[in-house]
Amino acid sequence: MTGREKIMGRIREALTVPAPHPGAHDAHGSQAPHTSFKGRPVHVARSWMPPGGDTFEEQVVRFRAASTELKTDFRFVGSRDEAFAELARIRDTEGWKSVATHRAELPSAAAASLGLPVIHTDEGYDVDALESCDVGVSGCDVLVAQTGTVVVTNRSAGGRALSVLPPHHVVVATRDQLVRDLTAAFARVQETYGARYPSMVSFITGPSRTGDIERILVLGAHGPKKLTVLCW
Amino acid sequence: MTVTLFIPCFVDSLYPGVGISMVQILERLGHRVVCPEEIACCGQPAFNSGYWPEAREVAGPVLRRLQDAEVVVIASGSCGAMLKVFYPQLFAGTPQAEAAKALSPKVWEFSSFLADKLGVTDLSARFPAKVTFHDGCHGLRELGIKTAPRRLLEKVQGLELVEMADAETCCGFGGTFSAKFPMISTAMGEVKCAGAAETGADYIVSNDSSCLMHVQGLLSRQGSPIKTLHLAEILAQR
Amino acid sequence: MTTHVQDFLAQARVVTRDLRHRGLIQTALRKYETARDRKKAAFNDWQSARQAAAETKWDAINHLDTYLAEFADKMEARGTQIHWAGNAAEAREIILGIIRSKGARSIIKSKAMTAEEIHLNDAMEKAGYEVVESDLGEFIVQLRHEPPYHIVFPAMHLTRDDINELFQKELGSASTREPEELTMIARRALRRKYITADVGITGANFAIAETGMISITENEGNARLTAALPKTLITLVGIEKVLPKLEDLALFLPMLATAGAGQTLTGYNTMYGGPRQPGECDGPEEYHVVLLDNRRTELLADPEQRDALHCIRCGACLNVCPIFKNVGGHTYGTTYSGPVGSVITPHLRGLQDWKHLSGSSSLCGACTEACPVKIDLHHHLLQNRRNAAVGEPSFFERLAYRLFAFVINRPALYRFAKEAGRLTEPLQKLIRDTPLDPARAWTGTRDLPPMPEQSFKEWWEERR
Repeated sequence: MTGREKIMGRIREALTVPAPHPGAHDAHGSQAPHTSFKGRPVHVARSWMPPGGDTFEEQVVRFRAASTELKTDFRFVGSRDEAFAELARIRDTEGWKSVATHRAELPSAAAASLGLPVIHTDEGYDVDALESCDVGVSGCDVLVAQTGTVVVTNRSAGGRALSVLPPHHVVVATRDQLVRDLTAAFARVQETYGARYPSMVSFITGPSRTGDIERILVLGAHGPKKLTVLCW
Repeated sequence: MTVTLFIPCFVDSLYPGVGISMVQILERLGHRVVCPEEIACCGQPAFNSGYWPEAREVAGPVLRRLQDAEVVVIASGSCGAMLKVFYPQLFAGTPQAEAAKALSPKVWEFSSFLADKLGVTDLSARFPAKVTFHDGCHGLRELGIKTAPRRLLEKVQGLELVEMADAETCCGFGGTFSAKFPMISTAMGEVKCAGAAETGADYIVSNDSSCLMHVQGLLSRQGSPIKTLHLAEILAQR
Repeated sequence: MTTHVQDFLAQARVVTRDLRHRGLIQTALRKYETARDRKKAAFNDWQSARQAAAETKWDAINHLDTYLAEFADKMEARGTQIHWAGNAAEAREIILGIIRSKGARSIIKSKAMTAEEIHLNDAMEKAGYEVVESDLGEFIVQLRHEPPYHIVFPAMHLTRDDINELFQKELGSASTREPEELTMIARRALRRKYITADVGITGANFAIAETGMISITENEGNARLTAALPKTLITLVGIEKVLPKLEDLALFLPMLATAGAGQTLTGYNTMYGGPRQPGECDGPEEYHVVLLDNRRTELLADPEQRDALHCIRCGACLNVCPIFKNVGGHTYGTTYSGPVGSVITPHLRGLQDWKHLSGSSSLCGACTEACPVKIDLHHHLLQNRRNAAVGEPSFFERLAYRLFAFVINRPALYRFAKEAGRLTEPLQKLIRDTPLDPARAWTGTRDLPPMPEQSFKEWWEERR
């Protein structure tokens, strides 16, 4: 018998006796009716979770509020040119000397507009070179209003390391990429990729952080200390 | 109605004032009070320690004696929970299983009986003092009692109720836990006493004398001026 | 008494007397509670969300064979190698085997409680490999040669000064009290390790059946780096981590973050579906997922307590437990502490040896109230006690309850006992808190209430 067969055998044996329905022990009050999350319209499940906003405007407000709390630098501007101008301003403030990106249209154009040496990750890259870049510019799949999250995959963001190794991560996004909540985000990811998912799908919510020292928030523990989201 | 009082042994022998207050309040409200003398323990100590057959030796007579009661009212959230919530588990698979299930809806903790069952909150009580309320865990989490004691205290003339931080945190009594793990029990009690002291209250009030016994024991040992009192004793004051 | 109990009691005695330590933990957990309450309030209906999470996990665990098979098959279809470890020894062997076969020398790890459970670091170090913990909290306790203090906050018990001292000693860093600077010291120390490590090892928060993915939740980005750079990646995951569908994460990720840390969402929630795929520019060439049983199937076989396998390891129960707050995480002496640890450790490591963890609770129920997946935690502690007493009853304890029953069921005897108590009260006062005092466990720290002249029953009798 293989390891799999042994464990599966034990599982099947164990499950021959049924277990009580969850939440059955609630002695009083708070018991929600036995309605299953599964098989119910998505908008009902949504009704329990924190809100993401019904309209585009509400969603922008929500994303902006979340970003402020997370210390994500969120800039919602009128056009691509404005966005690239913002990026140049950040370059000057931060003193960037080198940038890494990937060959998708928007991030590539954004990086090129900076007039700095550029590394592209798409055909492979030298890790030390990537490590010494000041900023990684990437695209994304969706922005999530409910949580202030940026969803990337290794396909939409130039690999696994680009969005996490350089100390500053810049995301370029267009307004049609803003969705209401995590349910919508997962649906969008599933629609986009079908069954051939990229091997990494990452929900990034703010810059890297830790509270491990006396529960005091410190940014830039291992991942980027700064996260900028440019959206137009 | 005819109210059957279940008076657990520690209330009987150490805090008779609680029982007396309950009788006074219920009779003032026009109810007939009955107190079966032959039963004195709900069986929780043995039950909580995992000795369920031994617990049934004590709980069985209690169940038999109470099964025909109209309502059973108990001054303690933990004994109340034992009868209402845990007797069905304790007697599952025994001949008394159905009796335990039948008893459950008739069991009431005292403050809940007044405020929720009878709908009475104003007992014309008077107790001018600053008090803080400790939520006994069994009453709070097994029986869902939170607002009933507060609604009753609100109506007591001259009484000022201040909430302590960690009102809902366990005081550390936990029955046999207090003797089996005394250092932890004491530490938890210390946190409770400190929380109460911070409010500047004169009294810590609860709906469970067992909690109060533990907290008072610590307060006395500390030489603290704070006193403890059961809710019923305040509500009986005129 | 087993040594586990003795160790537990000894440690409990030490920590409950250490006001500084208790104060530190209580301050940390108060901060957590404030943040958690704010984030819970942001939910439209937290209680319904809990019920949905409970039902989803019930579905997952009660159809574990189906979902686990689906998970494994889907992952294998995209090139991941799935290994099935029946117990800790097998898991260690599998992992060491992979490391050996790759000729690896240095290993970088992100947080994995299952790795603690199987004592993986120890085994790897004994076999001569350099193992570096990348999570800041784990990095810190690794340098101190101690286990994590809390399943989510490994270094909760340390002050910035403790950490400063540690870094100066172990890393030769300059002295600083600033958390930001201390974090940067760790960041710099670990940077090269990510790039040069041959093998990365992670844990997992969820295993998604529908899409064949491992989901990892973290704040620092260290797991992202661990899963990006080394050539070989290994994930160790308990079989109970299964979730049926990808969309279930839309419920579980926010609940995990809120209950576990008072956050809207944790910094990085990443789903890995395989090793580097054709056309991808980076990522591990090999991905191994080691599924761990290690007696979880025994817990599964207990229908009364099966829901303990619903646990998403958020740590909420630890955070609200007054026992945890006063004895601290190390006192438990085992990988999983707090209420959930006290429930499952008897199943995973032996009931009679670990029943004291289920015994050292006042059964307040704060844990059950806090659990985002509605595990009936405090009642399971009671059930463990019952099972332990049935398995190995204590002669003296049972005798005590029998004697008590004998007296309490006979009103005349009970009356006699009360009278005796009253009469001997002066004597009791003399021996109080001395070796002769049978109530010493109480009177050591507390006064006993005085016995009133007249009991309630006597008053009742009189007025009739």
